[in-house]
Amino acid sequence: MSNYTENELAKDLENQEYEFGFTSDIQADKAPKGLNEGIIRFISAKKNEPEWLLEFRLDAFRKWQEMTEPSWAHVHYKKVDFQDICYYAAPKQTKKYESWDDVDPEMKETMKKLGISLEEQKRLTGVAVDFVMDSVSVATSFKDKLAELGIIFCSFSEAVQEYPELVRANMGTVIPVTDNYYAALNSAVFTDGSFCYIPKGVKCPMELSTYFRINEGGTGQFERTLVVADEGAYVSYLEGCTAPQRDENQLHAAVVELIAKDNAEIKYSTVQNWYPGDKDGNGGIFNFVTKRGICGTNSKISWTQVETGSAVTWKYPSCILKGDNSIGEFYSVAVTNNYQQADTGTKMIHLGKNTKSTIISKGISAGKSHNSYRGLVQIHKGAKNARNFSQCDSLLMTDECGAHTFPYIECKNSSAKIEHEATTSKIGEDQIFYCKQRGIGEEKAISLIVNGYCKEVLNQLPMEFAVEAQKLLSISLEGSVG
Amino acid sequence: MNKVADKSKAFISKLDKTSVALPNALKDKANSILASLELPTTRNEAWKYTRVAKLGKINFATSKGNISSIDSYTIDPQAPTLVFVNGYFSKSLSNNHLPEGINFTLLSDANEVKSEIPIEDEIFNALNTAHLIDGVALNIAKNTILEKPVQILHILDGQSVMSNFKTRIDAGAFAKAGIIQGYFATEASDKAFANVTTEIEVGESAHLTIDKIQFENETSFHISTEQINQSKDSTFTLNTITLNGGLVRNNLNINVNGENCTSNLNGAYILKGKQHVDNHSVVDHRVANCQSNELYKGVIDDNSTAVFNGKVFVRQDAQQINAFQSNRNVLLSDNAAVNSKPELEIYADDVKCSHGSTTGQLDEDAIFYLRARGLSLKAARQLLVSAFITDVLDKIENLKVKTFIFSLLKERFGWEITPEDFH
Amino acid sequence: MITIKNLHATIEGKKILKGLNLEVNAGEIHAIMGPNGAGKSTLASVLAGREDYEITEGSVDFDGVDLLEMDTEERAREGLFLAFQYPIEIPGVSNINFLRTAINETREHKGQDPISAKDFMAMVREKSKLVELDPKLASRSVNEGFSGGEKKRNEIFQMAMLDPKLSILDETDSGLDIDALRVVAGGVNTLKSEKNATIVITHYQRLLDYIVPDFVHVLHDGKIVKTGPKELALDLEEKGYDWIKEEN
Repeated sequence: MSNYTENELAKDLENQEYEFGFTSDIQADKAPKGLNEGIIRFISAKKNEPEWLLEFRLDAFRKWQEMTEPSWAHVHYKKVDFQDICYYAAPKQTKKYESWDDVDPEMKETMKKLGISLEEQKRLTGVAVDFVMDSVSVATSFKDKLAELGIIFCSFSEAVQEYPELVRANMGTVIPVTDNYYAALNSAVFTDGSFCYIPKGVKCPMELSTYFRINEGGTGQFERTLVVADEGAYVSYLEGCTAPQRDENQLHAAVVELIAKDNAEIKYSTVQNWYPGDKDGNGGIFNFVTKRGICGTNSKISWTQVETGSAVTWKYPSCILKGDNSIGEFYSVAVTNNYQQADTGTKMIHLGKNTKSTIISKGISAGKSHNSYRGLVQIHKGAKNARNFSQCDSLLMTDECGAHTFPYIECKNSSAKIEHEATTSKIGEDQIFYCKQRGIGEEKAISLIVNGYCKEVLNQLPMEFAVEAQKLLSISLEGSVG
Repeated sequence: MNKVADKSKAFISKLDKTSVALPNALKDKANSILASLELPTTRNEAWKYTRVAKLGKINFATSKGNISSIDSYTIDPQAPTLVFVNGYFSKSLSNNHLPEGINFTLLSDANEVKSEIPIEDEIFNALNTAHLIDGVALNIAKNTILEKPVQILHILDGQSVMSNFKTRIDAGAFAKAGIIQGYFATEASDKAFANVTTEIEVGESAHLTIDKIQFENETSFHISTEQINQSKDSTFTLNTITLNGGLVRNNLNINVNGENCTSNLNGAYILKGKQHVDNHSVVDHRVANCQSNELYKGVIDDNSTAVFNGKVFVRQDAQQINAFQSNRNVLLSDNAAVNSKPELEIYADDVKCSHGSTTGQLDEDAIFYLRARGLSLKAARQLLVSAFITDVLDKIENLKVKTFIFSLLKERFGWEITPEDFH
Repeated sequence: MITIKNLHATIEGKKILKGLNLEVNAGEIHAIMGPNGAGKSTLASVLAGREDYEITEGSVDFDGVDLLEMDTEERAREGLFLAFQYPIEIPGVSNINFLRTAINETREHKGQDPISAKDFMAMVREKSKLVELDPKLASRSVNEGFSGGEKKRNEIFQMAMLDPKLSILDETDSGLDIDALRVVAGGVNTLKSEKNATIVITHYQRLLDYIVPDFVHVLHDGKIVKTGPKELALDLEEKGYDWIKEEN
């Protein structure tokens, strides 16, 4: 981390407004607003899906209709009108891209604005990227090189067509359709997402990355990601999100399933920067996401997230530690400013023997925002010698914000060892004064202190993402100290 | 008809409506809440880990009981003592020569009884209000310094008895006092239910300490709600020691209304058999410059389950709050379980709040070490367990109370501890 | 360099400085001594711009500009350095990152380009030798887990890196053993030049054996009540502060 500093990032941070708030003018292929079986059949037909997948969707839809929206989270928002959302909005150009050169120039421009020019990515970082805009995957780079190793990395729709058995055998196994309200909704209406399969014994040589963007107004984004690491495989997966600035609230209800078979390892990193709404709390994305991974014997799943965007976040990346000796990790930085609300944390479900989990959560609340950590550590009866360590810290920047900690600890095995610690405190005035006395301005001082406070988490991110995350932290907190 | 007619509330159908002079509006409200509310299920967040459905299957009745001696329940033999059996005052068992500066009134004797305990959505508080049998109001006058504590003993006796009982304590400004609350059950008591409420006012600069001992039996139910208001510069301490009881639920709500207050909440629970003990606390910091310290420790054996849910609230203008909360558990058996939920809800920025929760087992190396020095496994475990629980018991300043707790530990768990084992 | 005239300062309504006058020229070292509660640390905090204090009267001229009109960081960028009595810990922020940010902010203020990584690292190596600071400490979090002596050396290391015009050492000797004191003093003496000046605030004469002042001032009850040559410190050590109190 010491190789770069906030200095190097400073220049382009002057603009306090949401940096990614542009819309791309690409003609979209949109379904009419509303949700019913007809729409689901429309989506399925549009995507030329096999019968079993349509059934999967319809089953989910029927179950969803009987479910109610959860209300236990520490968030308050105007309930979503699910009939007022467009469930399918593909950029008009739907033909498959054979090469990067085929991509619509406007869309390339979009990506450039996002700072993720694929060409550049290809050249400089060797990161393979899948790009999902308004629910439809538009480009995947580096596919050939990955194919040589037997690694499948493609859009979810493509996987459904090309590897239906692999998809069918795994989707919905970690997060059942009825898991929760939003997961059921996603299962009914998801339009695309990413699929990744790493064969036995293969260590994926590059970071795999997906960028999600909601572009079209009045749409929701419902993508699904499925990552399967077969026995002994390894993959590091990155996910980034942005959305344009709009007055309306837009819904993002994603599902991410990770399967780490015996001796496998999956590292999943997210930098979430959906549009958070304006200073007065108008607009912004409702980010209701279900993420969960399951571990086989000796395997490991590590979630790292930097959450700076969204008007409302409801998200608990979790690990089911089913196999003996498996390891689950959760590293999180969640920043809320203005009227943002975040209720985020993790669940660590210890089923196997000698399973270990680590939770490091850093919340930063500014403006009039509310930031909650909610986490569950559950030690089942058979989880002999399970270990958990949780550290949840909250930093308060103003006297109008809130920071809350809601840990749930459930233990049914006497050989378990669980430690949970949490602190809540104000950003240190002494620290700011010390920085200022050395000539560092207040904003920079805060950025420095905050980045230091989050270091344990930022250190978990791959380098390119860490730089971006630091940038986002600075943007999110500009002018935030009261 | 003086009985509850609602069929779904069969478990309380035999109970008489209260004759205590509570405000009529309050009684009406309690009755209507009772008629419309069901017993909470685990879907209710506040009851997520505690099932009370079995209460609904018992046809409770009231009874004055039959007790001839309180020798085995007397915690501090020198303290003035008020004895209630199944909620009814026992004049013959009581020794109510209270020292100067403190007086008591039986709620059943009072012309007007106040109750500020929230009953909205609180079925047990509504039940307590609607069917209140009796209770006591203790008034500690301004500037009174009590040399000896006052003890209030409540004893359950008989089959399927329900006691709805209330204590009100009003500590005047600059007063300093200790109150002992003891909850017991006789051997003849089976499936008895103590549903109690306690309302406490801690006046300006007052120091009030309550030692609460729960030692009912393995078939008993105990649900209590303590509602405490603290005025400025006051110190309030509550030590809750739970050593026996089938199902125990303690709801402890402290409103810190004045600046410069200290609130100390300490709890020890030692469980075996199929006991279920649930400690719920809310410390509501409404104003600035206060501190609260919460330490709950438990030892959980056999098939028992412990629940801890502690919430610290810091309101928006309550700056400069130091709140500390800690819950530590030791599991002694593979069938024992613990659910811990320490929560912080903070709306002010200039605060120092922390909480910690640990769950584990006794240190195997330490046990081995002690055995290598000749201690039996049982003795080694007992030594370590008592060492673990010591720092909570050490918070109890009244040596008589401490000694009594040790006698209970010996009676129920076979632990041999003397005050000398403590520093 | 700095001219303090009739300075009055209060904190939470309590008067601490009550008409303090002091003039320090380039190339000079001034020692300010005084009993506890005399206002020594307040003077340091006020000059550095801590907002807790209110200036009720007086002026401070710093190399031709009005010091009191500037924010803390502007004062720092203009060359005022305070070595803290209790250096602050900043978890997760490396010393190097911290200093590089500080230097570049100052350079930007002066319209200069940021320092190159190469030059910066060379400077770190050179300056850390000055106070015998373990180079490993440079990459550790600012002051976190440092011993008392390491923190004080780190302050002088930062001073060397930032090259200020006026350094104020607030009780830099407190808590130091004799070896550490020598190292710290050695650093300060090496940094001394005709262009800069130093104000040494201390309770004890001991430090002044190593950092020899040109003037010694005695601060008592918010004012400088006595000024003399370095020998004054010895008198104070011998006679104690009561001697001053009695005289006034």
